[in-house]
Amino acid sequence: MQDIKEIQERIYPPMVEGEHTFDTVTDKISDLTLKKKTPFHWFIGFGIAFIIAQILLFTILYLVTTGIGIWGNNQPVGWAFDIINFVWWIGIGHAGTLISAILLLLNQKWRTSINRFAEAMTLFAVACAGLFPLLHTGRPWLAYWLFPYPNTMGMWPQFRSPLMWDVFAVSTYATISALFWYVGLIPDLATLRDRAKNKYFKLVYGLLSWGWRGSARHWHRYEITYLLLAGLSTPLVLSVHSIVSFDFSVSQVPGWHATIFPPYFVAGAVFAGFAMVLILCIPLRHVYRMKDFITHTHLVYMAKVMLATGLIVCYGYAMEAFFAWYSQAQYEVFMMKNRAWEGPYWWSYWLLILCNGASIQLLWFKRFRESEFWLFTISIVVSIGMWLERFVIIVTSLHRDFLPSSWAMYSPTMFDWSMFLGTLGFFFTLIYLFVRFLPIISIFEVRTLLPSAEVEHHHGHDGEHKESFIEQVNEPKGETA
Amino acid sequence: MEKQIYGLLAEFDTPTELVRAAEKVRDAGFVKTDAFSPFPLHEIDEALGIKRSILPYLVFAGGVAGLLTGIGLQVFTHVFDYPIIVGGRPHLSIPAFVPPAYELTILLAGFTAVFGMLFLNGLPQPYHPVFNVPRFALATREKFFLLIETKDPKFNYEETRSFMESLNPQEVFDVEE
Repeated sequence: MQDIKEIQERIYPPMVEGEHTFDTVTDKISDLTLKKKTPFHWFIGFGIAFIIAQILLFTILYLVTTGIGIWGNNQPVGWAFDIINFVWWIGIGHAGTLISAILLLLNQKWRTSINRFAEAMTLFAVACAGLFPLLHTGRPWLAYWLFPYPNTMGMWPQFRSPLMWDVFAVSTYATISALFWYVGLIPDLATLRDRAKNKYFKLVYGLLSWGWRGSARHWHRYEITYLLLAGLSTPLVLSVHSIVSFDFSVSQVPGWHATIFPPYFVAGAVFAGFAMVLILCIPLRHVYRMKDFITHTHLVYMAKVMLATGLIVCYGYAMEAFFAWYSQAQYEVFMMKNRAWEGPYWWSYWLLILCNGASIQLLWFKRFRESEFWLFTISIVVSIGMWLERFVIIVTSLHRDFLPSSWAMYSPTMFDWSMFLGTLGFFFTLIYLFVRFLPIISIFEVRTLLPSAEVEHHHGHDGEHKESFIEQVNEPKGETA
Repeated sequence: MEKQIYGLLAEFDTPTELVRAAEKVRDAGFVKTDAFSPFPLHEIDEALGIKRSILPYLVFAGGVAGLLTGIGLQVFTHVFDYPIIVGGRPHLSIPAFVPPAYELTILLAGFTAVFGMLFLNGLPQPYHPVFNVPRFALATREKFFLLIETKDPKFNYEETRSFMESLNPQEVFDVEE
């Protein structure tokens, strides 16, 4: 019996460590927002992020009043840092949706303690991503022209263009992610409302929780909604990065025009996103003492997802090279040679292979997978690598296209860098505010993970029988009582 | 003035106790009942006799509406209202119309799921009589509650109260209007 238990623990490690009950779980997570004095390191971190966010503000101000000529974009490299950063940020967001939606549908319980801040990360990353194409239009105050509305010009948007698809995909993605996140927050906001001592906090959390009272009828519809939103978000998240990849692959540019792009982009997005989740949650679990909820097992699982998606991305790199050789199309062959050794940006390609291909091989080994230091380091390397991937795809493909007479070099200006750095500041500012004012872990879902959350059956079952969130919705009838 | 009573509320410590009590309440023939828990409990649906919501059908309808809007919008604008040829593609470029129609399907289905849930749940509802019971604040933390409303045809204050006491709760509260 002991052996069976041991094996079971190895296969299904407990997702909540330590001795916890409903009230300790609730208090531990909600006290971060309600009771604990804001720690000093929060002010330091927030301050730095906020100052960097101001760099974004100044860059945007200068950009809008001057024009996008302040960037290094030129002919033929018309897409550069703005699109690199757009794709990088939106890719990061994908891990949040994967964790909250796809892992819910796949009945992976370990998602429960990381989904809340992964979803927050998605929202903030999409906010940063959206800025780039918006400002790249040059006249962001006319961006509403992208939406189909009857206008005095008598014109309509051009729906055959992947850029229009992108508008629909990204705006839908932002909206649904926000709804999903907010719906998940409602019961926890009600907890905060009921626990807040401060009158104003009570009022604000009360308004935000919309009078949630945990009624059985409400929970019934709530679970249906949650599951449906997961079901809707799953194809959505796959479509978003596929459509982002269409921006490239629908065009004729060598290095862009490849059928491997949609799956390879989606895998890359999840890969980069998990790296960012690890970058955020490794310090978070230490600083806020959340190791009971974000356990070692969580980190190891995320490392495994990172390794798997990283290998898909490597397959994508291999296929790009293979297609170029196998097609024997002169422009494709040239592109690949130019990218890897003949061109001036060869270093970026090898740096990319080093960051995304070589570094993740360490994750095959338990020693690296189980070390937080190595996981954190590899995640940062992967984030840099995924940024370089977009640099390689965009800049090296564009800078030498079909006509040698139009070839040119690209180099970013100070404002390209300040804009990118600024969005990092903006992102971390939002993360810091989120950590301070909202529960960083879904309290009600962690409650369901506790053994005491199970309803004992009248007969037969030995108590090992755990029914998950998703089964609960699928089998509303339950056992006959 | 006599206080108006909205119903009786019993407090329980564990989900199992709540479900067992709810089954007895259902078997005793009460219909205007509700249970409150800090997390979703699927056994309670059966125990209280809650029917499956119509929400999934509404969401499906929302999705279909989104799809039709997407197709209609693109066909109307590109075939009838503003036909121009771009990239040698026909006016009716079905494959190119798929992504926006697909996204609109998901968008409207998602809106229906969230706002449909809130609408059917009658939220936002900042005031509810159960909030008058001070211990009820624990319903979002660790405790489980069962409510029988005075509107229930079988409701009789003394009898119902002693019935609820017999369910072995921590305590039974009067819920004031």
